[in-house]
Amino acid sequence: MESIMDIEGATLADNISMTLEQQAMASDQEAIKKKTIVSREDRRTVGEIYTEDPRMTCRNVNVHYGDNHAIIDANIDIGRNEVLAMIGPSGCGKSTFLRCLNRMNDTVEGCRVTGEITLDGQDIHGKNIDVVPLRAQIGMVFQKPNPFPKSIFDNVAYGPKIHGLASNKSDLEEIVETSLQKAGLWEEVKDRLNLPGTGLSGGQQQRLCIARAIAVSPEVILMDEPCSALDPIATARIEELIAELRKQYSIVIVTHSMQQAARVSGRTAYFHLGDLIEVGETERVFTNPRHQLTEDYITGRFG
Amino acid sequence: MQKNNSVIGQERIQKKLKQRYRAEKRFRRLGLFAVITALSFLAILLISISSKGYTAFQQTYIKLEIPLSHEILDVKNLANADYPGLVKASLRQMFPDVKGRRDKRKLYGLVSTGAAFELQDRIIEDPTLIGEKISMWVPASSDVDMFMKGQIPKNVSENERRIKDNEIEWIDWLQQEERIEKRFNTVFFTAGDSRDPELSGIRGALSGSIFTLFITLLLSFPIGAATAVYLEEFAPKNKWTDLIEVNINNLAAVPSIVFGLLGLAVFINFFGLPRSVPLVGGLVLTLMTLPTIIIAGRAALKAVPPSIREAALGVGASPMQTVLHHVLPLAMPGMLTGTIIGMAQALGETAPLLMIGMVAFIVDVPGSFTDPSTVLPVQIFLWADSPERGFMERTSAAIMVLLVFLITMNAVAIFLRKRFERRW
Repeated sequence: MESIMDIEGATLADNISMTLEQQAMASDQEAIKKKTIVSREDRRTVGEIYTEDPRMTCRNVNVHYGDNHAIIDANIDIGRNEVLAMIGPSGCGKSTFLRCLNRMNDTVEGCRVTGEITLDGQDIHGKNIDVVPLRAQIGMVFQKPNPFPKSIFDNVAYGPKIHGLASNKSDLEEIVETSLQKAGLWEEVKDRLNLPGTGLSGGQQQRLCIARAIAVSPEVILMDEPCSALDPIATARIEELIAELRKQYSIVIVTHSMQQAARVSGRTAYFHLGDLIEVGETERVFTNPRHQLTEDYITGRFG
Repeated sequence: MQKNNSVIGQERIQKKLKQRYRAEKRFRRLGLFAVITALSFLAILLISISSKGYTAFQQTYIKLEIPLSHEILDVKNLANADYPGLVKASLRQMFPDVKGRRDKRKLYGLVSTGAAFELQDRIIEDPTLIGEKISMWVPASSDVDMFMKGQIPKNVSENERRIKDNEIEWIDWLQQEERIEKRFNTVFFTAGDSRDPELSGIRGALSGSIFTLFITLLLSFPIGAATAVYLEEFAPKNKWTDLIEVNINNLAAVPSIVFGLLGLAVFINFFGLPRSVPLVGGLVLTLMTLPTIIIAGRAALKAVPPSIREAALGVGASPMQTVLHHVLPLAMPGMLTGTIIGMAQALGETAPLLMIGMVAFIVDVPGSFTDPSTVLPVQIFLWADSPERGFMERTSAAIMVLLVFLITMNAVAIFLRKRFERRW
């Protein structure tokens, strides 16, 4: 626990200097762990970064916030109908990376994204790509439930309305109903669609946000720690929902909970201080990590 | 040892606790005292203004019998007839005993000079009256009015009061005959300014204020809101926008008379707009109000949680849709608050309007944005500056009208704000 704080506090030097305490601890366990200081060269991505049928591909993605190099040369594919979990200690860049995928970082002052990210073979940073429809294709669910201060109906109907997905009122009502059903919220709210979305419980709000995201029929859904503000029961419902949604969508989920990653995802990517360390089948990553840092993280040595 | 320490610690906490509670009580009492003081000053202000001003809503009228003879009134030349003569003749008829130039002058002074104009208006409206004897109520002069309202005490020596003994006799006789009475003062609400207190009204200044503020609201709210939205939501953050921000903040602190000078130089001298008109007044007050609205608007926009923006962008709303559909409705109550403050400030502003000539003595009620006019605070200043006693009550009454105007304006704005207000 302490060590992670130290690591976070450390500037992005080429080598991570460990605290004395940690070095002492490391020397104790030297028999098991040959090396705890990980050099730059050892922070290459290991595992299976490519998939056979990728929906999105990311090649040499670098993100800078001003002088801060937040993501360093990340390469990864996101497959069709798969759930990709991104795990890693706080500040490792997993949320930043997620926000690159639908260009949400465009709105951040001083943020620079380089490299190539494609959706169905098209570069999303390309000159002929409009970010507005792109975000309709790649939906996003945020860490904190953030329904609009409008009615439940309007929350879900807003996206279809601005994109002109519904030609008339009954179309719109149908979209709202199916979206809420997919999000597993319909039964709970069907009698109070006109009440404000902000009056729902935290878990319901988050499912409302998911319904809002799928109402514009996206192809990929990005979820940025969708359960961090929720209790275990609400979390369980969202996780069931993710399992359901993957039949139709590609889902990328950032999570702090390794258990959650293990439960919901097919593949897992481990980030560490801006580096994409390891990617692979979730089961494989958790049972047989290939990289030292991954192993340290999932065994609870830090993080 | 350990236990001892904790006991000592507890004692110290207890001792300190009393001090803390005392300090809290003291603070609460201080706050209460401040609120009560403020409220009592407000009460004193309101009571003193309304106790001085309520009499202005009444006016003394005298009933005259006026024979309209054909010799004096030529139907073809009604505009040049001797109406004051008719009024005087009627007065002489009522008091046949009054002899001597000086006493007659006093007698004629019982009624206002406005009486002749009222008579004229009535006859021009209905020339068939000529040849008959009509009785009509005409406004009494300000001195008689003051006497009737008890502002001129009877029990001081004659040469210290403006109403002399013989005048009091006449008034008493009029009262006996029920030819003098106090009525609701409609003139005050229908007339413009006048040199005679009994003929002066607030309508001119009120219309001037309404026209001026209409221009101010029409220009300052959209421009201010648009500026705030652009600077907060769209403008790149660089040294130019920093410079603009610093300048806007400084402009909010510029003395208002400077805006008056600017208006004089730019709108009147350069663009050649007319003087003393609500249009220019509105433009000047717009300049003065804009910084307030912009600053309040930006603060309101900043207070909108970024999660709402992200949510909107996340479902694919364009930046403009994000602002118009989500951010602006949430910021609207705050923006309206800024506008209320700005408009209230503009309503009470005198200094910049002096510079563009809205301090003039204007009798006619303005009918458009380009008619010369004055505004309520300037009218209050003009009346407060006048020596006639009748203007004193009118000053207070005008302040009351100004306050009612202000309260109405704010009530409308608060009503609008409540409608926009939404919780999240």
